[in-house]
Amino acid sequence: MDTLVIHVLNALLYASVLFLIAGGLSLIYGVMRIVNLAHGNLYAFGAYVTAWIVGGVAVRLQAGGGEPSTLLLLALLPAGAVAAAAVGAVLEPTLLRPFYKRAEEYQLLVTFGLLMIIDDVIRFLWGPYPLSASVLFENFGSVTIGDSIYPTYNFLVIAVGGLAAVFLWAFIYRTRFGVVLRATSQDMRMSSALGVNVNRVYVQAFTLGCLMAGLGGAIIVPSQSAVLGMGVDALILSFIVVVVGGLGSLEGALLGALIVGFVREAGIAWFPEIELAVLYLIAAGVLLVRPAGLFGRA
Amino acid sequence: MTVLLETRKLLKQFGEFRAVDHVDFRVEEGEVLGLIGSNGAGKTTLVNLISGLLRADAGQIVFRGHDVTGQTVHERIAAGIARSFQLVNLFDQLSALDNVALAIFSRQGKTRKLFALAELDRPVWQEAMDILHLFRMEAKVRILAGGLSQGERKLLDVAIAYALKPKLLFLDEPTSGVGTREKAPIMDTITAVVRSERISAAIIEHDMDVVFSYSDRIVAMHQGAILADGTPDEIRRDERVLTTLIGTPEAHP
Amino acid sequence: MSTATTVIPLEHRSPLRALGWAIPALVVLVALPWVADQYQTILLAYGLVMGISALGFNLLLGYTGLLSFGHSAFFGVGAYTVALMVKYLGVSSMELFLAGAIVTCVLVTAVFGVACVRYTRIFFSILTMALSQVLWSLAFKFFWVTGGTDGLRVPTPTLLGLVTGKGDKIAFLATAYYYYVLGVFIICVAVMWVVVSSPFGRALQAIRDNEVRAEFVGIQIRQYRWVAFLVSGVFTGLAGALWVPLNGLTTPDIMHWTFSGEIVFMTVLGGFRSFTGPIIGAIVFNYLKTYAVGYTVYWQLLLGVVLVVLVLSLPTGIVGTAGRLWARGRAR
Repeated sequence: MDTLVIHVLNALLYASVLFLIAGGLSLIYGVMRIVNLAHGNLYAFGAYVTAWIVGGVAVRLQAGGGEPSTLLLLALLPAGAVAAAAVGAVLEPTLLRPFYKRAEEYQLLVTFGLLMIIDDVIRFLWGPYPLSASVLFENFGSVTIGDSIYPTYNFLVIAVGGLAAVFLWAFIYRTRFGVVLRATSQDMRMSSALGVNVNRVYVQAFTLGCLMAGLGGAIIVPSQSAVLGMGVDALILSFIVVVVGGLGSLEGALLGALIVGFVREAGIAWFPEIELAVLYLIAAGVLLVRPAGLFGRA
Repeated sequence: MTVLLETRKLLKQFGEFRAVDHVDFRVEEGEVLGLIGSNGAGKTTLVNLISGLLRADAGQIVFRGHDVTGQTVHERIAAGIARSFQLVNLFDQLSALDNVALAIFSRQGKTRKLFALAELDRPVWQEAMDILHLFRMEAKVRILAGGLSQGERKLLDVAIAYALKPKLLFLDEPTSGVGTREKAPIMDTITAVVRSERISAAIIEHDMDVVFSYSDRIVAMHQGAILADGTPDEIRRDERVLTTLIGTPEAHP
Repeated sequence: MSTATTVIPLEHRSPLRALGWAIPALVVLVALPWVADQYQTILLAYGLVMGISALGFNLLLGYTGLLSFGHSAFFGVGAYTVALMVKYLGVSSMELFLAGAIVTCVLVTAVFGVACVRYTRIFFSILTMALSQVLWSLAFKFFWVTGGTDGLRVPTPTLLGLVTGKGDKIAFLATAYYYYVLGVFIICVAVMWVVVSSPFGRALQAIRDNEVRAEFVGIQIRQYRWVAFLVSGVFTGLAGALWVPLNGLTTPDIMHWTFSGEIVFMTVLGGFRSFTGPIIGAIVFNYLKTYAVGYTVYWQLLLGVVLVVLVLSLPTGIVGTAGRLWARGRAR
């Protein structure tokens, strides 16, 4: 029984992070019709920045003989999200805006170039070795579930994921900015004709999407180190999520993340050899049946 | 006069809205038919259903005695139905000659050939030249379709459909967007070609002068149904048509 | 809109003019092993192999308008077919390798194609990416067959039943194998040129430019796309088969979608709106990557910047830009 509970928790954990990444991707596509191939690397960037700051501060404090305060480390955790958002705010007006009027292929190409650039920027800044912030993770301790112990930190991740979903929903459906966002995503020209500063909406949407990706990286890094290549792996998984749930839909990203999280967990438990392949096949399968995903718009 | 095409209780609806409401429509062999009606009357939807762009929700389409309701666009073209488009739809990056040649290659099934050089197929290029000559465009053969005038683009659109050697040609507003002085030459060219080959043509038009001058028979549609069907004289005097489409009791001389 | 535009679309280039640059290029390629050292020759062999894969890829992108991010799968299928033929069948004939690669690629592309050609644009790209990742993960996971991350080694093959690689491997690769690759390359270029100049090729371009009109000219869109997908994948698979003996080894990385990205990169670098663009792009990219990797650890950054600059300012690639400059020069 308790192993089942642990599996469910692990699935929710995975889904939380996936929702943040895929949700960001979907939001950006929904508003701007851009698929950012470098999105996964913004998640990685967020993970690295947080690991660097949180890990660095923890080491510094420990070296000084003190005990790093959990609260302090927690406060520093979102650094990665902020950093990723900042990068996004700079990237959109400079590198992406020239491509809105051009064929979709060029957009994929330039973001692929960005993917390669960010990959190496990370390598340049932090080297080829994994970076960890495990102090925070350990500080949270663990709870007992039946016969097993489970890290308490994971509950935080799940909570953040859930809160993010709620917050985003409220943001998009209950605020004025959300209305503007939805209007622009449905009809950019009409929005513009009604006086909306579309350029500003675009950069804000893009920044928000990058913030989400960075946050995903930031919250997961205490429980697993930041490693090179994590961005590219995450990108594929978030594509699977948006394919299943539908590109451009936040509900879809949530549902897709949950499905992928649970299927992956089931795969790990029962069919460890083909776990990855199962996920890709599900994505392919969904695309065949419902080309726009379960909730998507084409 | 034998019936070439017939629709029986053809229905197409979008939600609650019936764009084509149980329509019985027919085209006879060798005739030029004018299809008129206000915007939203269902003319283009009817043509879309017959040409295969849309699937009917109910009803039948019978062409030369065969039920084509379930056939694909490709099958209908092979059977002999071709069309031009209201918003001119060409291969803008190709020359006029290439546009027509493509239709001929397709008609002859040659587009299935991977291991043959298209440029070497003399008969196809000659036929394309001949067709463009027929449509009085021989001077423009090498010009990219995107660089032609609106009237020429409209004619090219018809030429491409003609190159498919259809028995029934649907022309969706062949003179829209064209200056008044150009309309008559375009329609003269089209009708001359069509009549000489005994191709039946159904022409959607808003310009009443054009419709009344060139049609053998006119069908008027309104709100998804056929309002009236008859010769130009009959239509000109038809009360319902006058009030819904033309507006005033004194229509045209 | 009523003045004649003077740009000659690529469909109209006369075949004779093509020979004008093809013959000097051919002379250079044939003469290379005599004038350059072994390293350079082998490097160019890699370039020619990638040229074949880009040529195949561009049938889909440049001519049919479909951007595939999954061609690494076909390259990998070709490569692993060779490796598995060595491992399980003890084959060493290059001709059998090529035949085997063609067969497996036809099967894989036929199946993938059925799924993929129902979509266009972003969804096509994502689906091809996902399918190639399926194969990558299978190659990874079934390590007892594929050798996992260690990969599978492949010895030098026998060419035309006559020339073997026994003895000096480098010399073999730099002479006999180089000419073999060149021979296959020339055949592939010729075949692809015929395909794009055929009525079928024109139909593909029509589908690319105006799908609705193409349908109403009687072209069955999905069927044509499927055939294009097949031909495209087989070419790339053939390249993969040629690549393995050069590399001596095949690993799952070549099936990862980022390798597809490289194929896209090299095609765009050369110019995807022309026939020769992908070939030139592949050869140039090969040099670019080799020297970048040798020059700095941060070669991805270098290439990434090149790609971004390329897409921003020279979207028609090397060949396209060169063509425009040439036309402008002649206009003076």
